[in-house]
Amino acid sequence: MNARHHPAAGRAREPGTADAGRRAAEVAGQVRDPEMPMLTLADLGVLRGVEVTRDAGGAEVVIASITPTYTGCPAMATMRDDLVHRLNDAGFDRVEVRIVLDPPWSTDWISERGRAALRAAGLSAPGPAPRRAGPVPLTLGPARPAPPCPRCGSAATRLTSEFGATACKALYRCTGCLEPFEHVKEI
Amino acid sequence: MSDEPGSIFDGLLGGDSSQWAFGTDFEDPLAGVDATTPDGVDPAELAAYCLMLGDDALIMSQRLSEWCSRAPDLEEDIALANMALDLLGQARLLLARAAAADPGVVPALPEGSPVPPEDALAFFRDDRDFRNVRLAEVANGDFAHVVVRLLLFSTARLALLERLRASRDHVLAAVAAKGVKEVAYHRDWAGRWFRTLALGTEESHRRLLAALDTLWPLQAELVAPHPLERSLDRAGVGVDPASLREEVDAVLDQVFAVSGVTRPERGPLAGVGGRTGRDGVHTEAFSRLLAEMQVVARAHPSGRW
Repeated sequence: MNARHHPAAGRAREPGTADAGRRAAEVAGQVRDPEMPMLTLADLGVLRGVEVTRDAGGAEVVIASITPTYTGCPAMATMRDDLVHRLNDAGFDRVEVRIVLDPPWSTDWISERGRAALRAAGLSAPGPAPRRAGPVPLTLGPARPAPPCPRCGSAATRLTSEFGATACKALYRCTGCLEPFEHVKEI
Repeated sequence: MSDEPGSIFDGLLGGDSSQWAFGTDFEDPLAGVDATTPDGVDPAELAAYCLMLGDDALIMSQRLSEWCSRAPDLEEDIALANMALDLLGQARLLLARAAAADPGVVPALPEGSPVPPEDALAFFRDDRDFRNVRLAEVANGDFAHVVVRLLLFSTARLALLERLRASRDHVLAAVAAKGVKEVAYHRDWAGRWFRTLALGTEESHRRLLAALDTLWPLQAELVAPHPLERSLDRAGVGVDPASLREEVDAVLDQVFAVSGVTRPERGPLAGVGGRTGRDGVHTEAFSRLLAEMQVVARAHPSGRW
């Protein structure tokens, strides 16, 4: 794999690539997030596209596009390598992983299945991401209404910290069952 | 780390890399991103501008990283490390963008060195080649100091990134759009702690005012335009920070008001002949920061990590 490989000019879709495209998308769609393995990269909304093309020499190339959740997300290299290895194992010898920076990732892209998987794993799924026009207003109060406890359902929860074990999570504590839990921050 | 043939670490990096999650190769953080320089823009100017924004993030990240294991409690330790990581991510993209725009800015390394351009920029430049504001580099103090520094820094950076989303440069626009979401959390964290310390105990109030008094002279530099920022603003690529003053002041005044703190009146820290951090003029503390940050990389210019 060479992430710096640039697409060869004159690459075109050819018969046979549609099937391969479906198969590659299926394989890539099963790769899981390294930090939150209850989610696939597709459910997390990080996998932005998978396509199969051929280079000038006619060789099949899978191009998978991923976007970082946070700019400094240290899991990007693992995600890229996991995609390459899984696709290699499935018989796709040439895989390019491209980074998509625009539009920026939003928690709104987490699928319904992904939200259910988060809850099943004891995490609190994000609410709708803020949509604003103009400057981001200063928020000195809570960033969001306290989410219900994903374990016992109690509404009596308290923010411990807006920052957690990974860039994308805040820490809460349920004052009902007393368990701490993580909330995926709306961005 | 391995930079000598026969090193015991060779086996980790060579051979069939598919067994490792990490280690297939250095990744290009801009792989597949359109990094052409917009029409009518001098690539050297674009690169210098990316260094300004990237160095602000890198050096601030380094100072925040020094807080690891030293914060008053675990949650705030994690918060500071998270913010350091966000800024390091922004720095990486911005330094990579600088190198892509003008490879001439990247320091020369030994033939065959595997160090990627953004690392070469971070670890192999001397102090005078760094373009960060001096607020980012001064030595850490107590917890009030990091709260005030983050408030001043992220209020200005957030306002800047919001405007930069409309940049004609695709990479800058994308970094800005993402960065806005991240830095908004940083600013609000700092704003909440500013109020908490101001309205807390006599001691927390005293320390907060002391930190504000120390750092305020460095605030003006955040919104003082460098000629390069002005010219790239005109070109639709960069942002003239002077145009952000009103917005930045409004946010700071809001935090001061709820905290019962009067806006300081100390004047800006002078530069040298009008030259400041953006021109490569830095404080004494910066040399020591760079020494610590760069020493290992410089000892192994052909190292693989």
